[in-house]
Amino acid sequence: MKKVFPIFAVLTAGLLSYALYQALVAAPTEQTMGDVQRIFYYHVPSAWTAFLLFSINFVASVWYLIRRNTAADIVALVTAEVGVVFCTVVLVTGPLWARPVWGIWWTWDIRLTSTLVLWLIYVSYLLLRRFSTSGQTPVLAAALAVFGALDVPLVYFSIWFFRTQHPQPVIGGGGSIDPRMLHVLLINWLAFLCFAFLVCWSRYRLERLQRDVEETQALEALLDPRSSVR
Amino acid sequence: MSGESRAVSGVTRATLAKDIRLEWRSKDAINSMLFFALLVVVVFAFSFDPTAEESRQIAGGLVWVAFLFAAVVALNQTWAREIRNQVLDAYRVSPAPPNSLFMAKALGNFLFVAILECLMTPLFIVFYKLRALGPGWQLVPVAALGTWALVVNGTFFAAMSLRTRSREIMLPLLLFPISIPALLAMVEATTIILSGDGRARFWIVLLATYDVVFTTASLALFEKILDAE
Amino acid sequence: MKFLYAAYAATWLIHITYLLTVARRYARLKREIQDLKRDLR
Repeated sequence: MKKVFPIFAVLTAGLLSYALYQALVAAPTEQTMGDVQRIFYYHVPSAWTAFLLFSINFVASVWYLIRRNTAADIVALVTAEVGVVFCTVVLVTGPLWARPVWGIWWTWDIRLTSTLVLWLIYVSYLLLRRFSTSGQTPVLAAALAVFGALDVPLVYFSIWFFRTQHPQPVIGGGGSIDPRMLHVLLINWLAFLCFAFLVCWSRYRLERLQRDVEETQALEALLDPRSSVR
Repeated sequence: MSGESRAVSGVTRATLAKDIRLEWRSKDAINSMLFFALLVVVVFAFSFDPTAEESRQIAGGLVWVAFLFAAVVALNQTWAREIRNQVLDAYRVSPAPPNSLFMAKALGNFLFVAILECLMTPLFIVFYKLRALGPGWQLVPVAALGTWALVVNGTFFAAMSLRTRSREIMLPLLLFPISIPALLAMVEATTIILSGDGRARFWIVLLATYDVVFTTASLALFEKILDAE
Repeated sequence: MKFLYAAYAATWLIHITYLLTVARRYARLKREIQDLKRDLR
């Protein structure tokens, strides 16, 4: 298990570099937007990865509520954190793309707006985890994750309808996509998925270790003959 | 089954009646909140010039943001009395179903916030010279569904925030993001009804769906939350 | 285009920042493990 990690890391680095080259050089230049459109190859895969991570978070949270399995709780925590990181990337690259193309920093584009709401929900999830002093924080967090997941379709529909009433520019363009561009997009997505997996794996190991250490520290405090806890 | 549901509604009614009685007798929460509601409207009237044409267009949003603030203040003290008197432990060991406790709290909050809204609305109408150019009666279901949306989640998150540092800020931190679709629906529906421009039906249906989804979720998960404290 | 490079740079900046926080927590944890090993001897 330990040996797989470095090998996988090197492969991922290679894949990311290749994907970067594809995005910046090999992909055809878009006609209307020019080179700025290449942000698309980082913006969209990050969004897809974030959504996937949050879906895993939902499954892990439900699993925890049913089985009270520690591993599920850690998976939920890890996917939420890494998901927020990817969401942040989407929220930063989106305006950087919108500004040169439409002259505005923000637009109620459905993907961008949904990502903003998701980001807010999961940041509040992480804050609950950090500020909760209850011994049963995982249960509370899992409940919040379920609420967040239930909210997602409602968020999507409300923004969708809002946009039909108040038309806005669409980042990323509607319509069909050039197959060469689709190819580059998918390569970048695969690369980021591998990267996300590596990051989640590392974070998981860190969390596991952290909890073991805390348990040991607690035991040590109880058993310490010098302590006054008797 | 009917015996069980009778027990649930019985406990709910008893708890709700107790809460109302206690509030009525002490009046401390009511008075400060009434004054707070008035303050909010006045501050808004100073901040968003009521005579400006733009202000009338965003009045729908202003009203709901004001209601939201009032709701948060009301929600923050939902469980305050229970914590002070260690009532929650008693509930946990009693055979009373936890759902009835939740419903009692949520209904109590709903009543409370509804009263605040009824008091703030005439002030808003006066300051902003509001007039419903669309079907005014639709504002009632919008207000009811919207208030319930805020209150049901707010009561649940208030329970979740009981054992957190900075409890008072944790409630809005958790409530606001999840409430965004409902808030959007409330504001859009209100604006449509006030301006008479378009149909609010989609937003009302969305609010109703939101209410059903989150009431179910709150009732399903409340027991786990109660045990977790 | 400036925005293109800014976007790619920002992406990696965000990812690297997160990885650094993970690494820092890991370093702190290793120190705590050393302390524990010492105390338990």
